Amino acid sequence: MSEDNQPIIEVKNVTKKFGPPDNQLTAVNDISFKVYPGEIFAFLGPNGAGKTTTIKMLTTLLKPTSGDIRINGYNPVKNQDEVRKSFGIVFQDPSLDDELTAYENMYFHGVLYHVESKLRQKRIEELLKIVDLWDKKNDLVKTFSGGTKRRLEIARALIHHPKIFFLDEPTLGLDPQTRNQIWQYILNLNQKEGITVFFTTHYMEEAEKIAKWIAIIDYGKIVKTGTVESLKQETQTTSLEEAFLKLTGKKIREEEASPLDRMRLRRKFRHH
Amino acid sequence: METIYILWLRQIKRYLRSHSRIVGTLGQPLLFMIALGFGFGPIYARAGNGNYLQFLVPGIISQSVLFTSLFNGVEVIWDRQFGFLKETLVAPVSRFNIMIGRTLGGATIACLQGLIVFSLSLFIGFRPISWQAVIPMILMTFLIALAFTALGTAIASTLDDMHGFQLIMNFLVMPLFFLSGALFPLKNLPKIMEIITKIDPLTYGVDGLRAILIGSSHFNLGLDSLVLIFLCFIFLTAGAWLFSKVQI
Repeated sequence: MSEDNQPIIEVKNVTKKFGPPDNQLTAVNDISFKVYPGEIFAFLGPNGAGKTTTIKMLTTLLKPTSGDIRINGYNPVKNQDEVRKSFGIVFQDPSLDDELTAYENMYFHGVLYHVESKLRQKRIEELLKIVDLWDKKNDLVKTFSGGTKRRLEIARALIHHPKIFFLDEPTLGLDPQTRNQIWQYILNLNQKEGITVFFTTHYMEEAEKIAKWIAIIDYGKIVKTGTVESLKQETQTTSLEEAFLKLTGKKIREEEASPLDRMRLRRKFRHH
Repeated sequence: METIYILWLRQIKRYLRSHSRIVGTLGQPLLFMIALGFGFGPIYARAGNGNYLQFLVPGIISQSVLFTSLFNGVEVIWDRQFGFLKETLVAPVSRFNIMIGRTLGGATIACLQGLIVFSLSLFIGFRPISWQAVIPMILMTFLIALAFTALGTAIASTLDDMHGFQLIMNFLVMPLFFLSGALFPLKNLPKIMEIITKIDPLTYGVDGLRAILIGSSHFNLGLDSLVLIFLCFIFLTAGAWLFSKVQI
């Protein structure tokens, strides 16, 4: 990272609290970090550490309680639309419309992001070919497997040529083949287009292989940042997983179920 | 504008693709028209009120529009569950446009549903006073649909999950329908019923459709339209405001 380079993501003393003043839960506690253009940045932490809350604040879905965020030079609270045009995102849970075809999902995204019609068509074709879904463009998304949906979501997030690509556990629940393939796409994009990648994952070997810079968050606080090598050195361990466990402890975290999780659980029970 | 259109189009495409839903939601109105229309017909005629089926059909059209539009509004909860809502909420589009697009889509579908019920009623013997009544009927149906889709969106925006859905069905949709005069004339009702029916917004939709389709109404078409336009305005405002507060 050169000093004259402006960070594309800048987080300064950001705190997020939930709940009423007398019974507050601090999900993110005074965190600061910078991500530079073209970087691959891994944001790691145990369940409930504050990863998703942070991503939501970076992507305009939540307002920080205090602190300052800059995305591509814009403030997500004040310049929502500018920030939204700057990034593409793949959420932890699928966010495709199952009743639409692959092409329609892409097309709708293009319209929502005001990509002009000719350019839209060209990019949709390009991207669907990159993720090997051009043959399936007219199939309904509900007929796709988990891995195929992920590939489509990756392609969709890139139609508006974002500068930053957020991926919240993009390979969760996928087999090694698909995971490998998905990271290949992402690495290619990073190298060819210079897109900045910000991702979370629980697979430490993925982060170790791919990330150039890592931040580890626990109980809402950033406990360490650095390269894979520097983290291993500082903790005197031989793998990122060991370093991670040394920094965050071995205690298993309880996460409160969101209404969405509860809803899914009920559906599961009903089906079985 | 294009973003509103695309969200509208999405609702329409989803509707046209779910054939089972279209057929499924027509069963109930058809059953009501046949069972109630022919079942109560003789008594109604003996009481000197004329043809019950003629009286009933505008009520059943309103009913199917009410059910479909509230259901479409409440679909926000599904979108939240299946994640598509997030995709729209991080797009550089205002929440207001998202809400308007969805609501117009839902209202259009409900309006189509009303038209289909109207067509079905022709097969079992319903006749409007004139065929020119179809155009104002569509307009009136759309007003009802718009108001209740917006109401559905407003309610769904405050709900976290599907728990509240049964509550909405039992304590909102059913009373709105049964207390609207869709099934019975509003003349000579007990005082308390008269007040309740006047509070029920669907009453004005049913009455408006009756004015248009069979040429007789309890209030009058002008008042009915005014009330519905006013309700559309209120519910759209409330829906847009509550939807803007939705957190994922």
